[in-house]
Amino acid sequence: MSGLPRREFIKAGGALVVGFGLGDALAAQTNPAVRGAIAGPPDAQQIDTWLAIHADNTATVYVGFAELGQGTSTALLQIAADELDLDMSQIKSVGLDTNVTPNQGGTYSSASIARGGPQVRSAAAEARLALLGMASKRLGAPVDGLRVSKGVVTAAGGPSRVTYGELIGDRRFNLAFTGSAPVKKPADYAVVGTRVARRDLPAKVRGTHVYMQHVRIDGMLHGRVVRPRGQRAYGVGAKILSIDETSIRDIPGVRILRRSDFLGVVAEREWDAVRAARQLKVVWESTSALPGSDKVYERMRAATTKDEIVLERGNTASALTSAAHVVSFSANAPYQAHAPFGPNCAVADVKTGSALVMCSTQDVYATRRTLSGLLKIPQEQVRVQYYEGSGTYGHSCYDDVAQAAAFMSQDAGRPVRVQFMRGDEHGWDNYGPAHVGDVRAAADANGAIVAYEYQGWQHSWSGTETSAQLTGERASEFNTGPTQGVQGVNRLTCGGQYRIPNLRLVNHKLQVTDYLKAGWLRSPLDLSFAFASEQAIDQLAHMLAIDPYEFRKRNIADDRWQGVLDAAVQAAKWTPRRAATKRSGTMLSGRGIGLGTHLASWGGAVADVEVNTQTGQVIIKHLYGALDAGLVVNPAIVESQIRGQLVQTASRMLHEEVTFDTSGVTSVDWRSYPILRFEECPEVTPIVVQRINERPLGAGEEVMAAAAAAIANAFFDATGVRMDMFPFTRPRVLAALKRS
Amino acid sequence: MPTLQIKVNEKPWDVAATPDTPLLYVLSNELQLHGPRFGCGLAQCGSCSVLVDGVEKRSCVTPVSAVVGKSVTTLEGLPTWYAGTRKLVQAPEMHPVQQAMLDEQSPQCGYCYNGMIVKAAELLSKNQRPDDAQIRSAMNGHLCRCGTYPTILRAIRRASEMMASPTEARR
Repeated sequence: MSGLPRREFIKAGGALVVGFGLGDALAAQTNPAVRGAIAGPPDAQQIDTWLAIHADNTATVYVGFAELGQGTSTALLQIAADELDLDMSQIKSVGLDTNVTPNQGGTYSSASIARGGPQVRSAAAEARLALLGMASKRLGAPVDGLRVSKGVVTAAGGPSRVTYGELIGDRRFNLAFTGSAPVKKPADYAVVGTRVARRDLPAKVRGTHVYMQHVRIDGMLHGRVVRPRGQRAYGVGAKILSIDETSIRDIPGVRILRRSDFLGVVAEREWDAVRAARQLKVVWESTSALPGSDKVYERMRAATTKDEIVLERGNTASALTSAAHVVSFSANAPYQAHAPFGPNCAVADVKTGSALVMCSTQDVYATRRTLSGLLKIPQEQVRVQYYEGSGTYGHSCYDDVAQAAAFMSQDAGRPVRVQFMRGDEHGWDNYGPAHVGDVRAAADANGAIVAYEYQGWQHSWSGTETSAQLTGERASEFNTGPTQGVQGVNRLTCGGQYRIPNLRLVNHKLQVTDYLKAGWLRSPLDLSFAFASEQAIDQLAHMLAIDPYEFRKRNIADDRWQGVLDAAVQAAKWTPRRAATKRSGTMLSGRGIGLGTHLASWGGAVADVEVNTQTGQVIIKHLYGALDAGLVVNPAIVESQIRGQLVQTASRMLHEEVTFDTSGVTSVDWRSYPILRFEECPEVTPIVVQRINERPLGAGEEVMAAAAAAIANAFFDATGVRMDMFPFTRPRVLAALKRS
Repeated sequence: MPTLQIKVNEKPWDVAATPDTPLLYVLSNELQLHGPRFGCGLAQCGSCSVLVDGVEKRSCVTPVSAVVGKSVTTLEGLPTWYAGTRKLVQAPEMHPVQQAMLDEQSPQCGYCYNGMIVKAAELLSKNQRPDDAQIRSAMNGHLCRCGTYPTILRAIRRASEMMASPTEARR
């Protein structure tokens, strides 16, 4: 069973660590023999925290970033192999574990390569320098004359050689990590920038990869949560009025576990837990605190908001009044779900005074902190291990399920595995919040954008997970900290693509407790921003009868934006056109351009669409996505990411919408929350704009905004109609065509 | 608890389970197989697909009692099953579809790939040279949240070509 080796390891480590005593905790954290026995995070100022060289001349790199299915674990190893002069076959990493891996912050905001890459490279460079020093002494040759290949150090002009493994194999460096060692110049990169095959894929196609959903441990019970079908207004939660325990009398051995309104069942056999959760009769207090998904935008506009000017320059109001051409455009964007393909799962073993929790969190240390508070067990006694689940695309229910498993284990006095069912995940997600955007943009007679204003309404993210909330914790706003920018109007995607002298971005923040739970969903809010903003820009081009590419080029902010714009239009063989020169017939075709990004990097896209005016069906034929993420460590992986982003954007623009009535969410499975399928999948063309001398930036979400905008503009080109809301469902498209 | 005998990947297993237990839970917990995995429990996504007598079935809604007397093949048993259908002397390390998925570096999170591979293997066992429309139609009941459909389509075409010019020894 997959969970066993790690448990054995804990026991072994616990026994061994006795010999060290408490005073030597630091040494134990990074001692290869007992690593994992002591609570982390290991000291980030020690080289031993970051990597270990083994006697067999291989290396283990300890990385604080989770493999979320995007290939970053391979790319980070490429960076380390490159700097250490090791072959990829000589290097590996380990799973995230609060007792083992350093705290590099969570795996959010495409940070693995942007933030983690330089850290890993710097640590590897410092280790390499130390190894060369040792080799110099051993070989009696100056450091300057040493060469390294595949971990073998040779002295210039001599036969003498020594391996890294012979120099330090499985011993500690005992070296402070100062970050001062010189790193390789991009021209010397041997592994970085190449298309190394992903390390995790052989096991994934063979069926031997261990996902979180596969983890089983000794003595474990199977648990399921019992909740209303679909979440209610976040601030309202869910209140139990009564439970009819006799309703599951026919299922032997099931235990009902309850903490206030948190309700679960556990059983020895998984099917018994599934049946019991489904069959248990519970009366929940009814509520009608939501406006329903059709009316939510009115409520958002009418609500009292906390307003903030995100960015202001020049005099936007006056420039808008005096400009030759002005466009006003308002758009709504729906709640969308993470909807991971495998619902989240966690295994917890909570004992008196200690806990082990295995889950698919994006941040093992943040999850440990929260669990520590909820379980009332000191952080040092809580160990969190990461196991890859299915792709999460942000804050899905991984913390919620970890808390559920921990509560149920604590109450059952046994290890508990909780697997969320499809409705738990779809219905109780931290959705990407709905958005209302008002754009005003103006151009002069020569086609220069002179003024731009974006006003955006959306609520904040939820801070308290459902499991915790149901046990009595208050619904709260997510502690924003340094990520505040991603919950409000994005200055890069909202006008940042262009040189605009008068610009004003205003954020209207709503209170999350009045709405649905929310969290970061891949490229948070950017599809919504770009949908509104880039349609307004496109409309200006149309008013001025200028080709959409030419208009953007005239106003482009800098070379990086120009680079992705050019790359996308060249791939698409764009020919100059004025948009929406109408055609007749049932099937209309069109193409459009979009520019946008997330917090860094540059994205450009072209979309080709067809619209059936009789049925309202929109078919996305081809998407071209160009991404400049600075130095791209592995172009093949980034191409794969671009493809995935384009397809997921097509899905979000055509199908995805969380629906709810006044009581709660009604989109709770793949029928009520459809996503794109094979038969409608567009052709996709990924274009990596490689910038080998630039800083590496995020590549996992930065082309989605551009693609969303390109789809909307292509729809306009085909039909002459601006869609003011997505997804482009058939009834919505037919209604829009009828209105025009 | 009754004992049922089922055949999975050519081996007989005695499993203690109520007859209505979905096959998926038996495969995951009793047999500890990692191929079929939970996705929806509603036969909507294809995460749990297995072959039953060579036909793709959703194990999350298939009662274990329904496969008694039949032959169940999971992702783990696919190379052997393939060797049997093609009358090969020896099972390849991977089914051509698995090899092609790897060659195309197709998966991202890879969670849906159990179903993708099983379904594609079923398709190619019935139609060795499917065209693009036939592939899309056959695969349409299988969802991928990471959006890797384009490379799955490429991989299936590649596997089809590999099967048309086999290098394996026949019996």
